[in-house]
Amino acid sequence: MYRKLFVFALVAVLLAALLPVQSFAQDDVTIRYFNFSSDPDHVEDLAAIVAAFEAENPGVTVEVTSAPFADYFTLLQADFVGGEPPDVFELNYESFVSYAANDVLLDLGSYLDAEAPYYPRALEAFQYEGQQLALPESFSTVLLFYNQDLFDQAGIDYPAPDWTWEQAVEAGRAISALGDDIWGLYSPIQFWEFYKKAAQNGCEFFNADMTESTINSEACVETLETMVSFLDDDVMPDPIELGGIANEELFAQGKLGMVVIGIWMFPVFAEAPFAWDVQLEPGMDQKAHHFFANGIAVAKDTAHPEEAAAWAEFLTSSEAAANVRIEASWELTALDQPEYFEAYLGQTPPENRGAVFQALESPVMPPVIERQNEMQDSINALLDAVVNGELDPASALESAKQELDALIQ
Amino acid sequence: MAGNRGIQKWGWVLCFLAPSLAGLLVFVLGPLVYSLRLTFYEWNLLSAPVYVGLDNFVNLYHDADFWLAFRHTLTFIVFYIPAVLILALGTALLLNRPLRGMPFFRAAVFVPVVSSWVVVALMWKWIFNPRYGLLNWLLAQVGITGPAWLFDPDTALYAIIIASVWKDIGFVTVMFLGGLQGISESYYEAARIDGATSLGRLRFITLPLLTPTTFFALIISLINSFQIFEQVWLMPESFASRGTTVVVEQIVNHAFRYNQMGYAATMSWVLFAVIFAITIVQLRLQKRWVHYDL
Repeated sequence: MYRKLFVFALVAVLLAALLPVQSFAQDDVTIRYFNFSSDPDHVEDLAAIVAAFEAENPGVTVEVTSAPFADYFTLLQADFVGGEPPDVFELNYESFVSYAANDVLLDLGSYLDAEAPYYPRALEAFQYEGQQLALPESFSTVLLFYNQDLFDQAGIDYPAPDWTWEQAVEAGRAISALGDDIWGLYSPIQFWEFYKKAAQNGCEFFNADMTESTINSEACVETLETMVSFLDDDVMPDPIELGGIANEELFAQGKLGMVVIGIWMFPVFAEAPFAWDVQLEPGMDQKAHHFFANGIAVAKDTAHPEEAAAWAEFLTSSEAAANVRIEASWELTALDQPEYFEAYLGQTPPENRGAVFQALESPVMPPVIERQNEMQDSINALLDAVVNGELDPASALESAKQELDALIQ
Repeated sequence: MAGNRGIQKWGWVLCFLAPSLAGLLVFVLGPLVYSLRLTFYEWNLLSAPVYVGLDNFVNLYHDADFWLAFRHTLTFIVFYIPAVLILALGTALLLNRPLRGMPFFRAAVFVPVVSSWVVVALMWKWIFNPRYGLLNWLLAQVGITGPAWLFDPDTALYAIIIASVWKDIGFVTVMFLGGLQGISESYYEAARIDGATSLGRLRFITLPLLTPTTFFALIISLINSFQIFEQVWLMPESFASRGTTVVVEQIVNHAFRYNQMGYAATMSWVLFAVIFAITIVQLRLQKRWVHYDL
């Protein structure tokens, strides 16, 4: 009898201990935020942004979960399947359309400050069927990195902003001539480089109303031929000549004259034992530079839409968030606020850091369809076949057109 | 009365089995049945599943990538199974001798089995590297220009087969060792008295009496081969991966990269049907070549 009473009393005490927590917690709101871009190097930087937001919004707590990019989308989908998606989460531009098309994102238009200082192009990128389904969080681009020491040794001028690929290849030849293990240029032959160089040559993967692929057009074939010519001219190492060494590693070893690579490599190359700088990427008929963007979305069924939208806006457009990102050499906020970036421009190397913003004058976004990964894999497989000499550019792009037409059906 | 005791007894049995049964139902049987149901649906994980009848099966029939993956899987099996069985048998015969230090060698042969595929893949990627690798360096010493191995879609699968055989020899060797130690010494004594050579003893005693083990090793290796994945995922350069894609890799891509859960489930059930059919055929054929006694 006493034992039963004791157990009953214990349970009652435990329940009573829980009750006040529950009742006090009713006024507080906890927002669950899931992201990939802070993992693993910027977890503390994100915590600093969260702290700034929570200080400005008493009663709102942001609970952060981070996962590496490779696992992120599987985990996010599992959350949706389980019926408990995070309130706020990160999407890269390429994945945005799939989520938008499946009607799982909240329209943030009505929550957004009319004078939100985003780059208009970046804001438009996250619109779908007239709704603002995510906010642009950060952007990144790709530039031409070059080894000044190798240019000096070859006795040639440094790259200029108006260079074409012909001029880059010519310089590459002079640098390759410096030694058997020295290469002039590296620009990977894959989906990401192809759609950008295609844009430089006036080639689009799809027609305007996205009903048919135009990837087999003359301009596209010419673009691919130009890319393959880097290999044929022997200024760029093929995969076997690279022997598993990443192109950025080859550049860091001082064995590569020019490499077309993202600005996220600035901190990696900062300690390189040679002088280097960046320049706008060479072009063909016109300039085109990657505009990689990550966005912040809010789950359509979130229980706290206002607080979630406020966190999304703070994370993407506040000065506090912009400053943390610049100090941490994280991806830059997609804001049209030059004064935020003065500290960023003052950092060296590279000397010509302003090229990052010049590149924004000719931005190109990737072609995006709902079956994005299939499109990328399909095009990459065909490009590999071209590099391997199994297909010529024209027939590879003819096959690509058929596959892309099937994917947009 | 006796009936009540029987019910009571089974009640207790069920009570004790309940935790395991619950796990089996929730984590194995439930998903299994659900995946069968999914073969008739299109489901991208974000929206509700859409019933599509037999479309997934029809699409699979016309899917060139799936059949290419199936062909690669069969190529893997054709080269891998004989190699791993013959080399493991040879290793088991060597390790079955009563020599000093044999326990060390037996353990050493098993080390690759317990090693992670990530580690093994990294090691073999270095060995197969066409520019800096050990294998092509050795070939160059005897005047042979080695192929590009994992960098060439035409040779990458064979490089994977070599690494897989190396990793799995220890596992099959242990099976053969068990089989060898189960053969009574009296057979060999009688054969020696009759003047049988060592080759004759191998041919007429060891191999026939090892057939139950060989059969078991064959079935296990075959099932594992149809499910080959880790090494194909980890080893080839992405440039050469179209020469190595296998069925399970296709399933993973369609499920988790392309968000086509219904189609991936269809592939899984077709793979299951193939493995099941081949195992049944093997079970039937075993009567013709498996000897449980001389």
